[in-house]
Amino acid sequence: MSKDKSTLSFAAALNAALTDEMSSDDMVVVFGEDVGTLGGVFRITEGLSQQFGEDRCFDTPLAESGIAGTAIGMGLGGVRPVIEMQFDAFAYPAFQQIISHMAKMRNRTKGSAPLPITVRIPYGGGIGGVEHHCDSSESYYAHTPGLKVYTPASVEDAYLMLRAAIRLDDPVIFMEPKKLYWTKAEVSLEELRQEFDTRWAQVETQREHGEPYARAGVARPGEDVTLVSYGPSVVTCLAAAEAAAKEGHSVEVVDLRSINPLDEATITASVAKTGRAVVVAEPQGFTSVASEIVARIQQRCFHSLAAPVLRVTGFDIPYPPPMLEKYHLPNVDRILDAIDDLQWDDTPVDFATATGGH
Amino acid sequence: MMPENAQPDPTDEKVKRLGISLEDYLLPTHGRIQMISESGELLPVDEQGSTPGHEYPMPTTQELLDGYRQLVIGRRVNDQNYALVRQGRMAVYPSSHGQEASEVAAALCLEPRDWLFPTYRDTVAVIARGVDPMEVMTNFRGNWHQGYNPHENNTSVQSTPLTTQLLHAVGMAHAARLRGEEMVVLGMVGDGGTSEGDFHEALNFASVFKLPVIFFVQNNKYAISVPLSRQTAAPSLAHKAVGYGMAGELVDGNDLAALLAVLGRAVKLCREGRGPFLVEADTYRMQSHTNADDATRYREGEEVDEWTKRDPLTRMRTYLKHEGALTEELESEYTSDAETVAASLRDAMGQDAELNPLDLFDHVYTVQTPQLAEQRAQLAEELSRDAHTEHQG
Ligand SMILES: Cc1ncc(C[n+]2csc(CCOP(=O)(O)OP(=O)(O)O)c2C)c(N)n1
Ligand SMILES: [Mg+2]
Repeated sequence: MSKDKSTLSFAAALNAALTDEMSSDDMVVVFGEDVGTLGGVFRITEGLSQQFGEDRCFDTPLAESGIAGTAIGMGLGGVRPVIEMQFDAFAYPAFQQIISHMAKMRNRTKGSAPLPITVRIPYGGGIGGVEHHCDSSESYYAHTPGLKVYTPASVEDAYLMLRAAIRLDDPVIFMEPKKLYWTKAEVSLEELRQEFDTRWAQVETQREHGEPYARAGVARPGEDVTLVSYGPSVVTCLAAAEAAAKEGHSVEVVDLRSINPLDEATITASVAKTGRAVVVAEPQGFTSVASEIVARIQQRCFHSLAAPVLRVTGFDIPYPPPMLEKYHLPNVDRILDAIDDLQWDDTPVDFATATGGH
Repeated sequence: MMPENAQPDPTDEKVKRLGISLEDYLLPTHGRIQMISESGELLPVDEQGSTPGHEYPMPTTQELLDGYRQLVIGRRVNDQNYALVRQGRMAVYPSSHGQEASEVAAALCLEPRDWLFPTYRDTVAVIARGVDPMEVMTNFRGNWHQGYNPHENNTSVQSTPLTTQLLHAVGMAHAARLRGEEMVVLGMVGDGGTSEGDFHEALNFASVFKLPVIFFVQNNKYAISVPLSRQTAAPSLAHKAVGYGMAGELVDGNDLAALLAVLGRAVKLCREGRGPFLVEADTYRMQSHTNADDATRYREGEEVDEWTKRDPLTRMRTYLKHEGALTEELESEYTSDAETVAASLRDAMGQDAELNPLDLFDHVYTVQTPQLAEQRAQLAEELSRDAHTEHQG
């Protein structure tokens, strides 16, 4: 196979990850609504039932609680289910199964009944979708102990993280930013496969249990301020960093990749360096993932901070109709405004070494 | 054991008088109810599918004419909206092209005091209830979520989270009972929607509380790409009723006469305290799920051709013309009524929507929270700054 780079979309990368995991383990089974013949409404499962047969990728009756609940039974029965929820808001009927059983089974059984389930959820806005098609529901899952919450922001991560999620023995809520489905990158799938294998070997030898995939990444290095973000907002942050550079600010962008587990080391290393931070996330900010990250930065980086940690999030309103969503979503201007508000007149003081009396 | 003061169940009484078993009363008739053949002829009574306990009088010619007028308008609305989406004037439209008879009958069987609980598919039913078409289109256009006040025409908002609306329908009927009001509630759902847990819960609540609710299932054979065979292994969806102690009927969903008859009787029985009911309409989704879907990926053109022959408009038109009821004048009157609606849709969607981003903060709570007030002020400031920059530039 060639290592030549070719254009791969985010959606095709997810499809390749599913294909590769289904090839490597006969117990990986994909099911949900419209995932068979149609290949999913976003075509993420395209060709799987043709390639692997109806037993390995199939349409279910239209019932999300049924899909999640039977996945739990299958997980107990030795199968590794990968289920699709058609849209963020249509996963809510499955909430009870996910929260009360999927998340807790390991704990309730003192580790004797882990559930190796991946729940794929297309989420977020920015696609002109009408009501119930644009929710950012990650905070509900991140708030639930026992669930891992992954959300890739690049084509490469889409591939690597989905494969890892499927292999993990914990349930993973795999949140796919809808607006990134059609983004593309020049990648060599063959190189990605090798990278996955190398990293997975580390997982097995170091018993890190997937941590290499849950590590945050620096999507763009910078010196003056850190933007912490994940999923659909990472691209917005990268655009803001580009714009800020023109205004003389060197901006570092941290992509969390995994919301839970949360890689605090990467975040604090960055903020300790820059002394300023803005957390950017798409959903309403009230009691959200963004709130959690702000709290932790404040606590761990207090002595490095030159300004309070700010947030740019959606407003605390129901997701707007298509014609108004642009007023709700974090955008470059709002991020630049937040950066401007970071008290540039002060310089960070190293309180740890400062002597008293000022 | 029956409580001492229990009233005799009116259904049991009726069944006894008919001399049939309770099962025969609750189960749908063998086959399905059809009154007008696919070629537009009135079927002889013994070929309409009726059996004891499942007998339906033919609607009056005037009822059929009124219904046909709504069919013509409904078809025009469906096709106009489909075109408007293609022209980029609307975000999305789930068309009920081919299902108009079921749509129209669902609305016409009710009185103004009754309530309708529709889905995203049921725009034509909502319009037939009297809701302003321009307001109905708000959601599909994308300038707000729902565009009409449910209380104005006793027509709830169009529901997208599947099957949830059926429980709302049951609650509405229960509220009416608590308030001492007489009303019938009709909840609409698709074949796919019958697989959701809410379907079971709604039917069970309605039956246990003996509420006057009609569950109207439009079986159009698909849930996006998934065929009916993946939703149920039951002989029909109407058969599901019996498990709840409820009567179910299967009706030709492209035959306006049969629909009005079956739903009309269900309404009447509900008013007499003999609800709830399940009615399954045997119909077909002629077009893709929405404009975003491509039905050729999962179904054969021949299947669609077969159903084209059963078109509800052609059938009713042939019948009414043959009866001499549908005159040239009436036809052109209906066509021009439909064209008026279509023209106003085109005009309205042709203009830029009136948008005020600050509306986003209204109606989240009775009284705006301090946080929302602050966020509103932030957006207002941004907007005035942008306006200012535009002005300068
Ligand atoms: C709870 C929920 N799950 C999934 C969806 C996505 N979805 C929208 S329509 C649809 C198919 C519904 O089929 P059916 O009930 O037969 O109605 P039809 O569209 O054929 O009128 C699906 C899966 C949804 N809207 N709500
Ligand atoms: Mg259907």
